[in-house]
Amino acid sequence: MPLKSPDELEQLRTKILEERKAQGEKKGIVLCTGTGCRGAGASEVFDAFKKALGKKSAIEFKSTCCHGFCERGPITIVEPLGIFYQGVTPADVPQIIAETVTKGQVIEKLLYRDPATGQTIPTEKAIPFYTKQNRLVFGNNRHLDPTRIEDYMAMGGYKALVKALFHMSPEEVIEEIKRSGLRGRGGGGFPAGRKWESCRKAHGDIKYVICNCDEGDPGAYMDRSLMEGNPHSVLEGMLIGAYAIGSSEGYVYVRNEYPLAVENVGIAIEQATKMGLLGKDILGSGFDFSLVINKGGGAFVAGESSALMASIEGYVAEPRAKHIHMTESGLWERPTNLNNVETWANVPVIIEKGADWYASIGTQGSKGTKIFSLVGKINNTGLIEVPMGMTLREIVYDIGGGIPGGKRFKAVQTGGPSGGCIPESLLDLPVDFDELTKAGSMMGSGGMIVMDESTCMVDVAKYFMHFLKDESCGKCTSCRDGTLRMYEVLDAITKGKGKEGDIEFLEEIGWMTAEASLCALGGSAANPVLSTIRYFRDEYEAHISAKRCPAGVCTELITFTIDPKACIACGKCRKGCPTEAITGEKKVPHKIVQAKCIKCGTCREVCPSDAVKVA
Amino acid sequence: MGVHQVTASDELLKEFSEEQLQQVDAIIERYQGKPGSLIPVLAEVQGILGYLPHEVQRRIAQGLNLPHSRVFGVVTFYSFFTMVPRGRHTIRVCLGTACYVRGGKKNLDRLVQDLGIEAGDTTPDRRFSLETIRCLGACGLAPVIVVDEDTHKQVKERKVREILQRYE
Repeated sequence: MPLKSPDELEQLRTKILEERKAQGEKKGIVLCTGTGCRGAGASEVFDAFKKALGKKSAIEFKSTCCHGFCERGPITIVEPLGIFYQGVTPADVPQIIAETVTKGQVIEKLLYRDPATGQTIPTEKAIPFYTKQNRLVFGNNRHLDPTRIEDYMAMGGYKALVKALFHMSPEEVIEEIKRSGLRGRGGGGFPAGRKWESCRKAHGDIKYVICNCDEGDPGAYMDRSLMEGNPHSVLEGMLIGAYAIGSSEGYVYVRNEYPLAVENVGIAIEQATKMGLLGKDILGSGFDFSLVINKGGGAFVAGESSALMASIEGYVAEPRAKHIHMTESGLWERPTNLNNVETWANVPVIIEKGADWYASIGTQGSKGTKIFSLVGKINNTGLIEVPMGMTLREIVYDIGGGIPGGKRFKAVQTGGPSGGCIPESLLDLPVDFDELTKAGSMMGSGGMIVMDESTCMVDVAKYFMHFLKDESCGKCTSCRDGTLRMYEVLDAITKGKGKEGDIEFLEEIGWMTAEASLCALGGSAANPVLSTIRYFRDEYEAHISAKRCPAGVCTELITFTIDPKACIACGKCRKGCPTEAITGEKKVPHKIVQAKCIKCGTCREVCPSDAVKVA
Repeated sequence: MGVHQVTASDELLKEFSEEQLQQVDAIIERYQGKPGSLIPVLAEVQGILGYLPHEVQRRIAQGLNLPHSRVFGVVTFYSFFTMVPRGRHTIRVCLGTACYVRGGKKNLDRLVQDLGIEAGDTTPDRRFSLETIRCLGACGLAPVIVVDEDTHKQVKERKVREILQRYE
């Protein structure tokens, strides 16, 4: 039955809470079955738990989505003690139930071991990866089953909506968001309250709100994890925004590559509609709002707001000039307010706890927290949420646990494909919208890809340019050809065909691409090239002048050799070599026949005595 | 003009069954007259037929009263749509940044060499289609290869062959 008033909503919440309280502090198991953990085998672990516990178990079994610590999946937490187990397999399930759940005994081998101290850490709370974070928006993922609206209700869900609908005017909501200093989390960093205000003031009866979940930046997946793990928080944010703007129709645009996000937001919309939180006359307030899911077709540029709207309309996703803002004339040429998933998810938090409280977190120009995906050459891969202004060093070393294999940090790439690479000398940079831009990179949607000494920066620039030349929609010549030319030059450099003047040419064409292109894709396309030239010019020069790749990545510029003194003649490389380029026998140091070598690096990977050298 | 009047061309019946084409027509009919319906129609039709050759595009264009050029433009713009038949198994190599710096490209090179096809193509025996993908958002498991629905995590180049053997 749909709820007809805020009182009915509160009564339902009280009922849910009382039921839960009556059951007492239950023994429970929380299993992460987000996309990351599923990839690591969480579905099998889920089945094993279901089977072992049976239907009428007194143990509460909850499957949630992403907790963030994806590197260690599948993650299982045993309540009420909060014991944290990593890399759980179906074979571990009986032991977890028999020992930890029933007797409270800890299973040592499943615990997280701190790489810094070598000690095991039994509880989630004590793991350094988590202790330094401030999980305002992302933290609830761990506590709720995204397919059960009751879980969201029990955590105070839809309270902010009630506050907005019944105790605030639309103008007051906008004022609150403006005062909070919330800036768009999708990349642009535009103040959300100002965007809402101009959309509210725009002419027209029909206005739209859109949630952008076309998270295209490779290496970033916070939007997906929020959508999968806590879809109601996004819906609540959209409802509040729609009320403030005066919109009654909304769209959720989700990437096709995110099937679980599509499924969970679909379930959430269905549940909210049944409860009367979406639809006509929501909670008796007279406010109507309905939502439609739109699946993207797989185009990076569709994440750009005007391109996304073209895609919803059924056209190719080409951006258009924005002399007239989308808030005036967007989808179907009507005023449209688009924000990204994370921005929407921040809204209920702000409305409930107040703008002042929210604005007390973060830096002068960037308020609140930001979710980053910390990936690449880093020990603790995963999603983290930290207050704006935390330094890169804290993020990489304290939360990320540093670089694996004792290698040296080289750079962190932020802001997605059109972001930039930030070198070691800037590790103490406080991370917020403005500081990253100053350093020649950008916040983007929050991808942070860590690179170590074995990453070639020219190769990285080439990688991004390859991506961008493929994803450029082709509308602007400067972007279509600029990205292609930059790619060709970079490709030549990595193949030892670089020549004097290439760096200057890249700088010039990069500047031109940025200046002459319509949308942010072209506008920032040169960032990966320009920032790597700025901070790693010596690597470019080594490729061009000395025909050498210092990181040992560009195959045309490197040779593999075996150090006869270090070689223990075990034969592993000989067996592993795909082209049979390695000669030698037992007790005789091995040799690489250079003519046959394809430089795949397998020998180096399998060598137990580190005898394979790259130069 | 109603969709039912568009007769199935002989060309289409060579590749697809009468029943499949009826399903396609039903999809078109369901979306007729609704704004923004082209992309969902293409997605659903590809779900049934597996790919979207010119003849099918023409049928959709007629049904939705759009120029064929518009349909062709959309099909070729979005990476989700394909105009060639897919293999029995689809291999998707993630080349997101996290996968790339952890060796995703090496895995792709190995696959290209072993299968003798480029990314985007299908082997002549239609056993495998090879695709690259921008980012699966499973960066914690990098480098990732997805075969059909199975995610293979932290794949080393030398394990690639072993993985393929599991799919006939």
